[in-house]
Amino acid sequence: MQLFYNHNDTICAVATPPGMGAIAVLRLSGKDAIGTIQKFIKNKNITDKPGYSAIFASLTNPETDEILDEVVITLFRAPASYTGEDVVEISCHGSIYIQQLLLQQFVKHGCRLAQPGEFTMRAFTHGKLDLSRAEAVADLISGENEKAHKAALGQMRGGVSKEIEILRQQLIDFAALIELELDFAEEDVEFANREHLYKLIDEIITKSEKLIDTFHYGNAIKNGIPTVIAGKPNAGKSTLLNVLLNEDRALVSDIAGTTRDTIEENIIIDGINFRLIDTAGIRQHAEAIEGMGIERTIEKISEASVVLYVFDINDTTPELLEKETSHLLLENKYIIWLANKCDACNDIETKLSAFKNYNNILPISSKTGEGIEQLKTALAAALPHKPNENDVVLTNARHVTSLQETIQCLQTVKAGFQNNISGELVAFDIREAIQHLGNITGAITSDDLLGSIFTRFCIGK
Amino acid sequence: MFKEYDIIVVGAGHAGCEAANAAAKMGSAVLLITMDMAKIAQMSCNPAMGGVAKGQIVREIDALGGLSGIVSDLSTIQFRMLNKSKGPAMWSPRSQNDRVLFALTWRKMLEKNVNVDFWQDSVQEILINDKAVVGVITSMGQTIYSKSVVLTNGTFLNGIIHVGEKQFGGGRMGEKASVGITEQLKSLGFESGRMKTGTPPRVDGRTLDYSKMEEQPGDENPGKFSYSKTPLIKDQRCCWITYTNEKVHKYLKEGFDQSPMYSGRIKGLGPRYCPSIEDKINRFAERERHQIFVEPEGWDTVEIYVNGFSTSLPEHIQLKALKAISGFENVKMFRPGYAIEYDFFPPTQLKPTLETHNITNLYFAGQINGTTGYEEAACQGLMAGINAHLKNKEKEPLVLNRSEAYVGVLIDDLVNKGTDEPYRMFTSRAEFRILLRQDNADLRLTDIGYRVGLAREDRLIRKQEKEANIYKIIDFIKKTSVSADSINPYLESVDSANINQQMKLISIATRPQVSLLGLEKMNSMLATFLSPFDEETKIAAEILIKYESYIEKEKDLAYKLLKFDALDIYDDFDYSLVQNLSSEAREKLIKQKPKTLGQASRISGVNPSDVSLLMVHLGK
Repeated sequence: MQLFYNHNDTICAVATPPGMGAIAVLRLSGKDAIGTIQKFIKNKNITDKPGYSAIFASLTNPETDEILDEVVITLFRAPASYTGEDVVEISCHGSIYIQQLLLQQFVKHGCRLAQPGEFTMRAFTHGKLDLSRAEAVADLISGENEKAHKAALGQMRGGVSKEIEILRQQLIDFAALIELELDFAEEDVEFANREHLYKLIDEIITKSEKLIDTFHYGNAIKNGIPTVIAGKPNAGKSTLLNVLLNEDRALVSDIAGTTRDTIEENIIIDGINFRLIDTAGIRQHAEAIEGMGIERTIEKISEASVVLYVFDINDTTPELLEKETSHLLLENKYIIWLANKCDACNDIETKLSAFKNYNNILPISSKTGEGIEQLKTALAAALPHKPNENDVVLTNARHVTSLQETIQCLQTVKAGFQNNISGELVAFDIREAIQHLGNITGAITSDDLLGSIFTRFCIGK
Repeated sequence: MFKEYDIIVVGAGHAGCEAANAAAKMGSAVLLITMDMAKIAQMSCNPAMGGVAKGQIVREIDALGGLSGIVSDLSTIQFRMLNKSKGPAMWSPRSQNDRVLFALTWRKMLEKNVNVDFWQDSVQEILINDKAVVGVITSMGQTIYSKSVVLTNGTFLNGIIHVGEKQFGGGRMGEKASVGITEQLKSLGFESGRMKTGTPPRVDGRTLDYSKMEEQPGDENPGKFSYSKTPLIKDQRCCWITYTNEKVHKYLKEGFDQSPMYSGRIKGLGPRYCPSIEDKINRFAERERHQIFVEPEGWDTVEIYVNGFSTSLPEHIQLKALKAISGFENVKMFRPGYAIEYDFFPPTQLKPTLETHNITNLYFAGQINGTTGYEEAACQGLMAGINAHLKNKEKEPLVLNRSEAYVGVLIDDLVNKGTDEPYRMFTSRAEFRILLRQDNADLRLTDIGYRVGLAREDRLIRKQEKEANIYKIIDFIKKTSVSADSINPYLESVDSANINQQMKLISIATRPQVSLLGLEKMNSMLATFLSPFDEETKIAAEILIKYESYIEKEKDLAYKLLKFDALDIYDDFDYSLVQNLSSEAREKLIKQKPKTLGQASRISGVNPSDVSLLMVHLGK
């Protein structure tokens, strides 16, 4: 239960959209924002600089003196800033590793990671935005694609609230039965049937679990499905990405290993956002500088739900494919095997028949665009189990947490009954469960205030 | 004829007596005005104090330095700790009392207080100068001046008694109603409403056949309310339980067409949880019988209170139905039950000190605020008396919070949420009830009572000793280990798992089946250690050990709420500046003037988004 956000501390987050760009912007807001960053700068004093200054600086780890990154710092002095507080924006190199490293360091030295929407909430609190504008920002930020939009709308119109309110009402009725036994023990009232109570708890737990399951789908439609394009150097990964995107996003050359880092782009297929991540080629004996890229590729695969594995059908046998992918930790991934360069292959049928152990294999040519439509169909099929059209889908991680906490409380209630624990203690856990559900519907009288208005905001704006 | 008093208390019921005593003890010159000196501290309804949630209140009153606990102890004829089979937060002391002795004891205690003067009269008007109270005018035409006035009128304001189709003005059977105050307050801008309550018939105990009833004895080892050195009772009188039946219901129904409840003559709202017998058989038609508690009215009287049979049906119907109850075949009635309607003032017109918003230094306590119950009334009287005194002396007010006392829950509910029906305390109204136990009211409140100058030093010393001893016991149990051999036979006997190796006592003591008493019997080291401590201290220590995790969780929640209550809304805050407030919320906030954001959040009709907007506007 989050009664308040603390407004006295300094918060930080990545302000640019998730993923990789050339640069990323990290934002700090709060009275120690400038002071915190000063700790990372050795030979310059930024604390006396006026608002709107931009300063080039090296950030070093205050403990080890190791250089973290070279950055450009922009200062905003309260109240002339987005949040109305002192704000520091740091343009750092775009790698996610750098972003996370810097954030970790900031947290270590006195910042706190921002809650979703907290920058905007502070702006609102300091009179920088009125409520309707704040909500307009939320609308703009959320719902980047059709289905996410629909889910967001459903949530706003009370789909989730309604479903949860029903659970909550059942729990309140349940609590009332327990209270009856406590406050009217002396009177001649009939007490709740224990079997009935167990059944009710189980029902609520089952429903909560079902709702949580929809989150995986909901999460996919809201945040996109992380999809990695992997394969040996020069297998045609970047070309494939370009074909899918219809633009020259990735640097394409014939020299193996041209793509030294990961590149991320979004495509929308069947209303679903796929976050396509091109990776550096995977090669056993790479030159040193490329080694880092390969490690990151393996890391990327581990974070992805879908892997598009590209290989050259003309020079790859099933044995070779097996060998080159064996260390990639592909278990539990949804893999589409792409037999590329089929335009240069004379007898594709025979070649493919050798790969009969591989499910989900598609012949494509990223050069000619052959097989790309089939690939898109296969991608659309990669979506997590899809609830029925009219089912309520959870898309908010906070709601999932609340439901999980509800389930936990109810398990305690059940255990309490089994151990014959007194009603007022059981009632405590039921009340807590009701509170957790109330955090979602907002139908509570005493807590979780501004937070509930701003849940639809992303971190950093 | 009169000097100028610090405080005039109007009415000498449970609220009035506590108010007068508290203010006088703290040093105020108090005048207690009652219509009948012989009726001071009447138990108008059942001859009992305490019960679930109410017993906790009595102990809180006692810890703060009020007298209800002591007076109850000195007039107890039976004592029971209710809900003993449940957890310690539910344990609730309840006493049957000698009605006459109770009233007499209260009067004696007040008479001992030199700061309390008495005057038998009826107050007709409140003297007001520039929106502040300056005294009262009585029906005999006396003008008496004071710095503040506490109104505790009970059911007397325009009281109307109903028995069947008869109705007559009165504040209690045989006593006059009080007229004038409501009309004056309304002209001053107060809102008033009507409530209804009822009481059962009293019968002649010599005409009952107890052999046909179940006996309900008092506790084998009776406890008491007061933390001070009141004596434990040695003898007890028992009560009995019997039941209504289909025949009783049939006879009662015959009188329904003459019932003021169903003819629409009674307009006031009655309590849902304390229904009349006609309401019970009407609303719960499927029930074949209802429980009747047969309660003696005192040590030496044959008068019996027929608890559970509250009714306003005609007398002859009451008697006919009573005679159909098992054991009541030959019953003679002393007096019939009746319903009474009276004026109340929605308590949202009060500050948390029970002072009215409209008129400075005017306080309301008890049924005038829409509550029901002696305990509820008494604690309001106590708080009104304390706060009237503190304000006159220009000291900080005393407002108890919801995690501190049932008294705090009650007043917070009243002034913020108001009430549509007579408000009675339940444990479920207290979100921190695991903290608000009857065993620790002294630990929670003695310091406060002492600080404001009401609880005496001996109470404080006793409380400090108890607290120190509790922690000595807990400390010992945390540090001491026991061997498997010495403790396993006991564990087996209570069906708890054996231990394999030496273990700290604390990890055994927290098991649900294990009791400190059981451990004490098995372990001589523990027994020796515990021997100097009294039962009360040992129980308190055991509760803290056993329920630690729940207590800590509630403390955590309470702390969060407190933070919220610490956000002040300044007095002249302009709600019209806050755009987007719902109109209902705006209206209620302007009217009720909450002092803190926490209080605002508990006002009905103020929803979380309204509170968010307020919070934003207050710049918190």
